[in-house]
Amino acid sequence: MSQLIVGPFNRVEGDLEVRLDIDRGQVRSARVNSPLYRGFEQILHGKDPLDTLVIAPRICGICSVSQSTAAAQALADLAGRAMPPNGELACNLVLACENLADHFSHFYLFFMPDFARAVYASEPWSDWVEPRFRAITGSAPRAAMPARTELLHLMGMLAGKWPHSLSLQPGGSSKPVQQQERLRLLAILSAFRGFLERQTFADRLEAVVALDSAEALAAWADAAPPHQGDLRAFLHLAEALRLDQLGHGVDRFMSYGSLPLGGELLFQRGLWYRGLAALDEAVISEDPSHSWMQGGEPLHPTRGSTVPDADKIGGYSWCKAPRLAGEPVEVGALARQMVDGHPLIRDLVKTSGGNVRNRVVARLLESARLVIAMEAWVRSLRPGEPFCERTVLPDEGAGVGLAEAARGSLGHWLQVRHGRILNYQIIAPTTWNFSPRDGQGTPGPLEQALVGAPVRVGEQTPVAVQHIVRSFDPCMVCTVH
Amino acid sequence: MNLLWLQSGGCGGCTMSLLCAESPDLLTTLAGAGIELLWHPSLSEASGGDVLAVLERAADGSLPLHLLCVEGAMLRGPNGSGRFHLMAGTESPMTHWVQRLAARAHYTLAVGTCAAFGGITAGGPNPTDACGLQFEGAHPGGLLGTDYRSQAGLRVVNVAGCPTHPNWVTETLMALALGALGPADLDALARPRMFADQLVHHGCPRNEYYEFKASAERPSELGCMMEHLGCLGTQAHADCNTRLWNGEGSCTRGGYACINCTAPEFEESGHSFQRTPKIAGIPIGLPTDMPRAWFVALASLSKAATPERLRRNAVSDHVAVPPTIHKPKPR
Repeated sequence: MSQLIVGPFNRVEGDLEVRLDIDRGQVRSARVNSPLYRGFEQILHGKDPLDTLVIAPRICGICSVSQSTAAAQALADLAGRAMPPNGELACNLVLACENLADHFSHFYLFFMPDFARAVYASEPWSDWVEPRFRAITGSAPRAAMPARTELLHLMGMLAGKWPHSLSLQPGGSSKPVQQQERLRLLAILSAFRGFLERQTFADRLEAVVALDSAEALAAWADAAPPHQGDLRAFLHLAEALRLDQLGHGVDRFMSYGSLPLGGELLFQRGLWYRGLAALDEAVISEDPSHSWMQGGEPLHPTRGSTVPDADKIGGYSWCKAPRLAGEPVEVGALARQMVDGHPLIRDLVKTSGGNVRNRVVARLLESARLVIAMEAWVRSLRPGEPFCERTVLPDEGAGVGLAEAARGSLGHWLQVRHGRILNYQIIAPTTWNFSPRDGQGTPGPLEQALVGAPVRVGEQTPVAVQHIVRSFDPCMVCTVH
Repeated sequence: MNLLWLQSGGCGGCTMSLLCAESPDLLTTLAGAGIELLWHPSLSEASGGDVLAVLERAADGSLPLHLLCVEGAMLRGPNGSGRFHLMAGTESPMTHWVQRLAARAHYTLAVGTCAAFGGITAGGPNPTDACGLQFEGAHPGGLLGTDYRSQAGLRVVNVAGCPTHPNWVTETLMALALGALGPADLDALARPRMFADQLVHHGCPRNEYYEFKASAERPSELGCMMEHLGCLGTQAHADCNTRLWNGEGSCTRGGYACINCTAPEFEESGHSFQRTPKIAGIPIGLPTDMPRAWFVALASLSKAATPERLRRNAVSDHVAVPPTIHKPKPR
């Protein structure tokens, strides 16, 4: 048995360290360390509740709007207010745009460059994969960055800027869309659709969304040469490298549900574990037993606290261990599409569970779904009608905000006394996915997904470990916050 | 010139913003300026041991380090140990890495208000004892101390902002690469004067409302946000409304207050961000360089003179009253 300490990981958001026990060329156990603590929950204590709209997005530069969404929802819950239809549409567009841009950055900038590594230089596909996906200088990242920039023009128009907008308010959006802006939004979306349809899918978005089984996906992949469309390229690599056998997680999938409109969610809320079940927020807890935090018993976030203890015995991460009814769950696009019931994703998971390939496919499929929904939302905007309701926050009370960031479920729990924040607790997506062990010794989803990963002779930063880690699209700055 | 980018006590948002550079895009801009990335955490291929080898060589001087960019605050806690951020794979505090590398760097840049002054990470009780590279809030000092000079003899260049505009970063890098940024080009807070000598108020589309003190009362209304909604655009040093963000945006164009995020200690202004603190109905914070007596006199005069169009549009979320079309002269 040998040990490896792997880090820093790049092309993940924030800093990450993984300790691996390795035996006979395989990872036997893994411990995930989130090495950065900033203390946002402590910073928020005692503030005007409205100030969370400034502070919370600054937890994260890549899930900034997701943090705003959860914070605004917690305030709306505190005030007992709903948004006007224009407000819901504008806020949905902003959140969907961030999720879409994050999926896109993940695929082209963070995940795919690993297939251009020297370790794969002798593979038969390397001669066309390497120049396409090479970090920074490959043709794909070079084309993707300007496309992402133009997509984020939607943020300039609807949210002032990205990241760190203050446009998402408990009563709706501070930015009323005017007639000519509605047309510009359509133009921005149609340009991004064009990129996806030419380069990512080499097909219509509607055709991608209509794929309804593993068999249909395989047939679609075989219908053209592997370099025709980057999804097809990925599926070819997934087949060659057996990425459907890599990074098998806990197969318990959670989604808070996302993107509400008139009482309906675009992506449904629930828990999938061998079948769909209702999600009960009351059975969420955070277990600090292996984190450098005071406390030991798992507590619901409304009773939780965040007080660092750098010398805690048994601690190995700043991250607490969130659990749903005592169990670790996987969150993210794969979980969202599982819970929502997309037939392709349900079928892929039925055959091979949660794994590197299925996580990436779910993210790209969801991207196509998001663009289609966003186009419809822009058409539904009604300039001249209200975008934001007047909201008065009570001086006493509590609120919960449950949102879906690109990388999964994000919860904010707020308690207010005498008009000030008494307690604010946050559980971010990667807190779930990259959680340390809990009091029972049960490892978190990534820790479980790394077990069995192959380690080649002499590898100090095993490439398989990197594929698995990045398949979750981790955001480490959110994880601990 | 080569560039090394490190992240510590921040959110990564300045990097996410930087990737939005355009006309031309980031990679084209850097290449055109002759800048090569030694390593950037969001972009480079190298991970783990490969990265540590690069950092070690840059720190021992065997690899020249021209531009050191640091994003995020420096976390000195708990108890001066720096353990709130041990750099992954090294068991060494990020503050130590930054000290070693800054000693070798030709130029050192603090990217974002966290790295410059401490920023949002130093908010509230400052749980991590966060500070900037060469400032602690508004006070000189910080991690590297007042006497620090990079190898080229310059203070830490503070490209402040939360986040930074992509082109504030690229233009500062270009100016340094051209040898065109000297001590006189930095303001008292070491921010490049080419951006910091502007005010967010310049180019704000709400200026006509400002002139007549026609004020928005709640989010989504079109009026000036200084009187009620906490806007500090008349005091904030930045060119946000002339340069614009993500195409056509800015905070005030997005319908919300400028929170003066390029300034030290913006995170603890002493009042709620979205409410204007007032005494006897008059905002405490006056427009920069404006004498109080004149402001009060002009404000009451302009309020009395507010045209009906502005009075009504200021509290509407769309143009309720269009500007009058002048009647043509009779033929």
